[in-house]
Amino acid sequence: MSERVLEVKDLEIIYKTDLETVYAVNNISFSLNKGETLGIVGETGAGKTTTALSILRLLPERTGRIKKGSIKLMGEELLSLPEGRMREIRGDRVAMIFQDPMTSLNPVISIGDQISEVLSLHGYRDEKKENIDQRVDEVLRLVGISPDRKKDYPHQFSGGMKQRVIIAIALACEPDLLIADEPTTALDVTIQAQVLAMIRDLKDRLGTSMIMITHDLGIVAETCDKVAVIYAGELIETGTLEEIFLGKDHHPYTVGLFGSIPNLKIKTRRLSPIGGLMPDPTNLPKGCKFSPRCPHCMEICCQIEPPGYLAETHNIKCHLFKEKAGWKQA
Amino acid sequence: METGITPLIETRNLKKYFKVSHGMLHAVENINLKIYPGKTVGVVGESGCGKSTLGRAILRLIEPTSGDVLFNGKSIIKYNRSRMREMRRNMQIIFQDPYSSIDPRKTVAEIISEYMIINKTFKTKNEIWKRTAELMDTVGLAQRLANAYPHELDGGRRQRIGVARALSLQPKFIVCDEPVSALDVSIQAQILNLLMDLQEEMGLTYMFVTHNLSVVKHISNEIVVMYLGQCIEQAPVDELFENPQHPYTKALLNAIPDVDISARTKRIETIKGEITNPINPPPGCRFAKRCDYVFEPCREKDPELIDLGGNHLCACYLKQ
Amino acid sequence: MKDNFQVKRHGKFKEVWRRLKKSKTAMFGLVVLSIFILAAIFAELLIPYSVALKQNIPIRLQGPSAEHWFGTDGYGRDLFVRILHGSRRSLSIGLIATASSLFVGLIFGAAVGYYGGAFDNVVMRIMDTLSAIPATLMALAIVAALGSNMVNLIIAISIARIPAFVRIIRAAILGVVDLEYIEAAHAGGAGDFRIIMTHILPNIVGTLIVQTTMTTAQLIMRAASLSFLGLGILPPEPEWGALLSEAREFMRPAPHLMVFPGLAIVLSTLSLNLLGDGLRDALDPRLKS
Repeated sequence: MSERVLEVKDLEIIYKTDLETVYAVNNISFSLNKGETLGIVGETGAGKTTTALSILRLLPERTGRIKKGSIKLMGEELLSLPEGRMREIRGDRVAMIFQDPMTSLNPVISIGDQISEVLSLHGYRDEKKENIDQRVDEVLRLVGISPDRKKDYPHQFSGGMKQRVIIAIALACEPDLLIADEPTTALDVTIQAQVLAMIRDLKDRLGTSMIMITHDLGIVAETCDKVAVIYAGELIETGTLEEIFLGKDHHPYTVGLFGSIPNLKIKTRRLSPIGGLMPDPTNLPKGCKFSPRCPHCMEICCQIEPPGYLAETHNIKCHLFKEKAGWKQA
Repeated sequence: METGITPLIETRNLKKYFKVSHGMLHAVENINLKIYPGKTVGVVGESGCGKSTLGRAILRLIEPTSGDVLFNGKSIIKYNRSRMREMRRNMQIIFQDPYSSIDPRKTVAEIISEYMIINKTFKTKNEIWKRTAELMDTVGLAQRLANAYPHELDGGRRQRIGVARALSLQPKFIVCDEPVSALDVSIQAQILNLLMDLQEEMGLTYMFVTHNLSVVKHISNEIVVMYLGQCIEQAPVDELFENPQHPYTKALLNAIPDVDISARTKRIETIKGEITNPINPPPGCRFAKRCDYVFEPCREKDPELIDLGGNHLCACYLKQ
Repeated sequence: MKDNFQVKRHGKFKEVWRRLKKSKTAMFGLVVLSIFILAAIFAELLIPYSVALKQNIPIRLQGPSAEHWFGTDGYGRDLFVRILHGSRRSLSIGLIATASSLFVGLIFGAAVGYYGGAFDNVVMRIMDTLSAIPATLMALAIVAALGSNMVNLIIAISIARIPAFVRIIRAAILGVVDLEYIEAAHAGGAGDFRIIMTHILPNIVGTLIVQTTMTTAQLIMRAASLSFLGLGILPPEPEWGALLSEAREFMRPAPHLMVFPGLAIVLSTLSLNLLGDGLRDALDPRLKS
């Protein structure tokens, strides 16, 4: 039985300003076992990055607030930890890769120094300089960069190489969990393929569990074991890769997502996107959050929030599945 | 293929070089394109391949270094400023970034009507407003948004403003420069549908520039693949996807993450190395450094585009 | 539907005014500044200039009273009346000098920012040379050379300020000129003049306003400095800086002679800055009210 690396339960996050309250994450729960990759798929504003930041407790101090919920890393409850202990965890047990490689690296520090920084903050704190240097070389080789370049500065690298450096920093301390927030969105497609292949390879070698946040279903298909679809701060559908990509039943939003992608194999005359926009997070609709845009909206959808309906490990939050054979309320 | 019909847009040996501190940047190198009326040519490539520069050079928003651009068979390369201004009514552009391509201090109505005001398309203000309202309808913008400012709207709506503006002078040809890349997936689909519908209704001709192969397959009739300023392969759309010939095109197609998970067990094939520098390029195929099949002639001289039949062209020594 | 569009054209000013009203500091600035400007305009009508010059030695150096609101100066002249008439001079110098240097700065700044190239290099090197000379010193030198009167003072002060304006306007324009909507305007057939006037300038108006109000405040102070030093406005003409200068001798026995002119300078510059900030915010459609 694989050990549970991450367990998120009933997470609720808001951003509160003087003018308004943004309901960013509304009651989500998910878990991740060792070596698994969970793909969180959704569009801009759905709450993916907020969820990721909350695991690291890096929400903006003044406005971000975790209203309730629990986040357990290897059994340890993160939300009640003192900040000092949290700092020990960041970079060491949990690491994050952000979207934009251009701004994720400090332009005035050499890449070698940026990698050794994370090492000296964590596992290699008391090690001699030579040992740290050796580890830096090792890590650079791991991501396909020659150790000769460790004195070079970020601007001397291309976008794809910068992202490799960032991955090197993230994996230097061999964390249990790696969170990748749209790591290849800013990269060209051939470089993206290189970076994804590398992430997949490293993950397998080091046994790291990963959360891959993306809006690209193709990337999910290539790299993930489990999938969670997020909409307006809720996980409206979760399941294994096969259940989501090969299954017959889906949440109407998921159907819309798949329908929006031009398929390389079949030529369709018109794409079938979902009309409208994601709801205003300061003013969420009553009942099911997708109801204003749903082609199958029923009366109950505008009144009551749908519970999750389960078939094996496939969970869909939609009233349509109430009476459906094979599905029972979770 | 299309014998007898004049291409709406044609380029002959179009070149654009930029002078930089340590030499000449060969952004666009010898492009020969023919875009026929009512059709869409998709220009694909990754960053630095010159596709955006090509689009702007055709519209003479950037001045070509050499070569010719023909509109309906007539060369426009030597047109002076005022004649070019007239030509601009026929050739328009939709930009990539819906955030920086519209003036944040103008209302939606002012942005859409601007071209008509500059070109004195109508005699009275009322006529201009009427046409603006029509355009908003055409692109699916609600009338009540006429006095809204761009920052109040999302990316999809802003891009529709860009489309309406491009249509305002009733052009025949539109360069679509990555018009959906900055948008969410479902909004992308909405805008793509809009562009395709407009093409059908108005008989528009598009040059669709993008790095996204799935999008370009959907909307194009013919595809041109660019690498470091050169056209390395060109073919009708289905032919290119079913039968890619150039190693780079094959790698590009392979690199697209596939939604079909049965293909997952296959190793992700990648090209080694990074995109090389377009400044003072040495002679020989520009892809040589990264190519798995490189052999002697590749490093000596630039390969020419060879006709493989059925309008499929490829610039690779392997095909000789 | 058509009517909607038309109503908006007039609505723009109303909207800006509405946004401006929301800022208490901006309104404070507006009110205070208006008082000063009205005082400057109607000074002559309210109290004739001759009263400002009327000496009355027996009542010299008296503090504020019912008859002389701000007290009397070393020559027994009513300080309030002198400040009142001084406002006309100080404010007009500040405003006219600012307007002149803004005008010249705009022309050059817009031209170099937009066209760049060799022209840019030449003009900016000239500006660099000019700004190497401390502004007050330059103004001093010019007034000394041309003679001490109001017109020369204005010329001196405004010339000294031109390099700063050119540099700031150029920088603001560079920040805008590469944006795609400028390219879009070209694509629609717009000429350079139209682009500068309708796209570039409106987008740097925030910077312009802040610079203008800050500059006016600064130039009022500089005029005051020069008059304080005895150049520019000469006695017995009242000008706030000159009044400050006169008050030096009497700091101990009659501190009110420094306080009131000082307050006038401070209040006028403060209100200008507050109004400027408020205007800049009110004009930006992006800022949430």
